[in-house]
Amino acid sequence: MSANEFYSLNVNGETMSVQDSWVGESLLYVLRERLGLPGTKGACEQGECGSCTVLMDGEAVCACLVMAATAVNSEIVTVEGITTDSELTDVQQSFVEEGAVQCGFCTPGLIVAVHHLLGKNPQPSEFEIKEAISGNICRCTGYGRVFAAVEATIRSRNDSK
Amino acid sequence: MAKSSLVTKPRDILGNSALRPDGAHKVQGSFEFTSDLHAENMLWGATLRSPHPYAKIVSIDTSAALALSGVQCVITADDVPGKPTYGLISSDQPVFAQDFVRYMGEPVAAVAADHPETCRRALALITVVYEVLTPLTDPEDAIAGSFAPIHPDGNVIRHQRIIRGEQSISGPIVVEGEYVIGMQDQAFLGLEAALAIPDPDGLGLHLHVATQWLHEDLTQISACLNLPADKIRLTLGGVGGAFGAREDISLQVHCCLLALKAGRPIKMQYSREESFFGHVHRHPATIFMRHHADSNGKIVKIDARFVFDGGAYTSTSPAVLINGITHTQGPYKCDNATVDGYAVRTNNPPCGAMRGFGVVQACFAHESQMDKIAAAVGKSPVEIRLINAMVTGDPLITGQIMESVAPVARCITETDAIPLPELMGQTVNELSLPGGSGLTASRSNIVRGIGWGVSMKNLMYSEGFDDYATARCTLKDGIASLKFATSEVGQGFVTLAPQIARSVLGVDEVILEPIDTQIGSAGSTSASRQTWMSGGAVDGACRLVRERLFHHVGLMHSIDPIRLVIDGTDVIDQLGTFRVSVADASEGIEISETFEHHHRATEELDENGQGNCHTAFAFVAHRAVVDVDPELGLVKVVQIATAQDVGRVLNPLSAIGQVEGGIAQGLGLAVMEEIVMKDGKVRNPSFTDYLLPTALDAPDVVAVMIEEHEPQAPLGAKGIGEPPCISVTPAIVAAIRNAIGKNIERIPVRPQDICL
Ligand code: FES
Ligand code: FES
Repeated sequence: MSANEFYSLNVNGETMSVQDSWVGESLLYVLRERLGLPGTKGACEQGECGSCTVLMDGEAVCACLVMAATAVNSEIVTVEGITTDSELTDVQQSFVEEGAVQCGFCTPGLIVAVHHLLGKNPQPSEFEIKEAISGNICRCTGYGRVFAAVEATIRSRNDSK
Repeated sequence: MAKSSLVTKPRDILGNSALRPDGAHKVQGSFEFTSDLHAENMLWGATLRSPHPYAKIVSIDTSAALALSGVQCVITADDVPGKPTYGLISSDQPVFAQDFVRYMGEPVAAVAADHPETCRRALALITVVYEVLTPLTDPEDAIAGSFAPIHPDGNVIRHQRIIRGEQSISGPIVVEGEYVIGMQDQAFLGLEAALAIPDPDGLGLHLHVATQWLHEDLTQISACLNLPADKIRLTLGGVGGAFGAREDISLQVHCCLLALKAGRPIKMQYSREESFFGHVHRHPATIFMRHHADSNGKIVKIDARFVFDGGAYTSTSPAVLINGITHTQGPYKCDNATVDGYAVRTNNPPCGAMRGFGVVQACFAHESQMDKIAAAVGKSPVEIRLINAMVTGDPLITGQIMESVAPVARCITETDAIPLPELMGQTVNELSLPGGSGLTASRSNIVRGIGWGVSMKNLMYSEGFDDYATARCTLKDGIASLKFATSEVGQGFVTLAPQIARSVLGVDEVILEPIDTQIGSAGSTSASRQTWMSGGAVDGACRLVRERLFHHVGLMHSIDPIRLVIDGTDVIDQLGTFRVSVADASEGIEISETFEHHHRATEELDENGQGNCHTAFAFVAHRAVVDVDPELGLVKVVQIATAQDVGRVLNPLSAIGQVEGGIAQGLGLAVMEEIVMKDGKVRNPSFTDYLLPTALDAPDVVAVMIEEHEPQAPLGAKGIGEPPCISVTPAIVAAIRNAIGKNIERIPVRPQDICL
């Protein structure tokens, strides 16, 4: 494999250097296999399942569809960067407490997507929630507990105002 | 938090919504799935697959691939040192195709290389010369014998009939139909993955793998590798869902062979496309049913013929067939039946286990029939089902007596009591219309329908299989450790097992030891069986430990151990005032016990399909409300009401998760999910073309758990994983029929089935 690309990515606030990589590698691959950040998952590599959702300059994107080498000037946030100091965020806590996690493979992508949603729209309607996460496929839960987790997060944010 | 109050958190014992012990890791992305594993010096493995459904292999040339820089080794059928085939029931599937490929996607060779991209290029450099043959794709050709055998074992995998009662009896009402069920994919999110690490001496290895059944994998792998089982260790890697698709071998043997040959760790992980070819699917089936009923609509007799397309290799087809035909009657009384069933071999993809295992197919047929009887006698779907509802003690068409708690009528009436959703207003959010974010339907065209489905599902394995589970409990200084080989695929056994230990032993802290083959088998995480089986094993082991703890406390304090019980987290004397905490009582000692839970014996069916072949049963009712746009053929499932016979709820949060998740999969089969085949070729092996329910497709689910403790079950609880996805499918189809007034006998229901 002719692997001679060298570049740096800004991930979770850190500059990380990518060494000796092949130019065709997706952001998903580079995060997982080169930068030691396997929290982002791949389940389709076609932009259909949302397991690989990360934030790029504040927008939720499918890391499988982004060429890593084109992301050099972007700020990337992965699920690992959502949590600061090992405490769970309120979204993460609600996912655990409301039963939104079964196998957990879809979970990191959903966590990123929900943080993104509530960051932009703190009081989403039922349909705004559904639409916002409709790009994240979960095969285990049927989504009922996922909705419950999002609603619980919104409630607790409203309560603590 | 606005207000805080002193609440004592209830202990996470049975009956409470204990939270997943792996939940925090999963939401943080730090839970290790198998595909996240790495080993020093690791290479990647990849598989070359047949592009043809049926062809003779003339030659394979791997030299160009081997010459590619970065490639470590290439293996084919010639490199399999042991048994060249594997299989769950019949060992008829080659590790690598040798003379023939029998389905599109059959493995032909595998490579190990330094980068996934090198692997892909190496696969492209392997030259296989095929002589393409005409594939056998119509199951009826297999039955008729009109096609030369495509496999040395022949084209019929299994044929079984059921003959019960009076064969010539009929009634004033006769309804029939031929029901077609498409091929569904399990579509777990966490793709197949494994990491094989060879031992330094090269004589054994350690395989980390996402699987449903470690010990069965071990047996099959060891035969193919020609290595004794004690030279192979299997550890469960994090599993991203299974739903039946990880019961068969996929990449296990290939990964081990590459690791042994390369002398380096090998990681394999499938892409989504490869996953569609790499695991078995739900059997497509054609089921003819004719019901004879009296003028009240009571079933007099059922005639049925089942054809399951097993694809190229056996997998679990014989068991799926038996499950299907023995559930012909559904949860209804029936004294007379003539059933003929076939599972056949074709050049279509191999089919095997998927949640519901043969019963999904049978249920779509019998529930469609129930509605036809109802219409013929002028009764409602609810009335017709209540008239026929089975009760405990009824004989089945196999002659087996229904010994399980059978609250069929209660499932129906409690579902019926759930309020219907509000009627659609004149102005609605367009996202709630059929077609969802496509924004194609218009409010004025929408018609609403209501439909019913009720089902019976066997639990655990059948036909004489000694289906046991093993667990070990160790108590030390107030902490319990549990060891078992039970695959945690997402269902939540890792939550349940500690709940059991806490309830039985009065401990709070429970440690789960690694899930691997360093203990006896737990059987498969399938057939709704692990709560009953591994739950029974953990319960049994904990009880043995408790007995010894009581004995120890009794000795220390001169109390007859028979007087001791657990009260919360203490050991107390029921007849006195003595009380000691379990932590103190177990300080400085270590008690360890292993327990195997076996369920009662079952037997094979005789040639007339008679015999006590099943272990136990669970029941559920579903009522679906749908909105349909008849012009566009689009459907939105609005609400699913359900009452499920669960025996006992051990964890309410896990239970509702199973119910909602199963309903979504049944909805998928009803209206969107199908592997589309043409001439033996899969046309849609991707998430772009194989559609799965999204958050916008999810209906409101209103669920009632019917708790009538099952005396046969160690914890009083029945398995709850499969029933949710079984009768929801016919309920949705019935609702569509109800909305548009058109008979539909095929699933998934496609737009053209509605609007053309
Ligand atoms: S892996 Fe990127 S969307 Fe599925
Ligand atoms: S929890 Fe398994 S895919 Fe969502």
